[in-house]
Amino acid sequence: MKAIVDIYLKPGVLDPQGKAVHHALESLGFNEVNDVRVGKQIILTLNESDENRAKERVKEMCETLLANTVIEDYKIEIEK
Amino acid sequence: MRVAIVRFPGTNCEFDTEYAFNRIGCKTEIIWHKLEDIPKGTELVVIPGGFSYGDYLRSGAIARFSPIMKAVKEFADRGGYVLGICNGFQILLESHLLPGAMKRNENLHFVSKFQYIKVLSNENRFLSKLQKGDILNIPIAHAEGNYFVEKDRLKKMYDKGQIILQYCDKEGNIDNPNGSVDAIAGICNENKNVFGLMPHPERACEKVLGSEDGIKMIKGFID
Repeated sequence: MKAIVDIYLKPGVLDPQGKAVHHALESLGFNEVNDVRVGKQIILTLNESDENRAKERVKEMCETLLANTVIEDYKIEIEK
Repeated sequence: MRVAIVRFPGTNCEFDTEYAFNRIGCKTEIIWHKLEDIPKGTELVVIPGGFSYGDYLRSGAIARFSPIMKAVKEFADRGGYVLGICNGFQILLESHLLPGAMKRNENLHFVSKFQYIKVLSNENRFLSKLQKGDILNIPIAHAEGNYFVEKDRLKKMYDKGQIILQYCDKEGNIDNPNGSVDAIAGICNENKNVFGLMPHPERACEKVLGSEDGIKMIKGFID
């Protein structure tokens, strides 16, 4: 089983990378872009067959280490 | 004063830090992060700069779980003095020994230069030998020094004198090199025994280095 964790800066927390990418897109003529947020994706391969249990454990990993919840939100997706 | 300087894999400012504290007459010891106790008699623990664990995931995120950090937390809880410089500051934030978090610098660059900073509060041991409004010239060198803390928390921190250093120019006007909230360069905890700052006082500890202002800062720790 795989867990895919997406981590982004919380809405309201200014994202310097997102801002720079947005600026670059604009100068390339992609004017339809309203906002850019840059995050990171962490892919975990788990030896766990129970989806709920996996989700619970990965949530714990996010809260403990993977995300800094002062500034970051995370989203967990389980892939079988 | 006895000072313990913590070394993680990737720490690179431990010798400069030791040199600076030796200059003001402190006994220093560099301790490995696997240690589970702070050496007996230690009065100040310094977490120096560098790139602990290669800054992987987030600066300081992995160092936070080293065995020594549990001991540092207990030491701080008992009222012991802790100073985090640069990466050390980031580690203290990740450890929740200090409030807030670091983001990438606003301009996304690694910024390495001399930077003026201003004392906003000297009602703490660290900056006790300086005056409010004093301007110091201290090197900064970081890519993740963009300090963030929520508005409500920030207000409380001001009220309690926890915002201790601010980036400025030579005249004291705000000059923000990294996008930090209110150009904050250094803070302390509510009990005023845990300090964190991005500038490197140990790199400004004698004339030949371009500034001795760092000595004026760290001298606060000695009686």
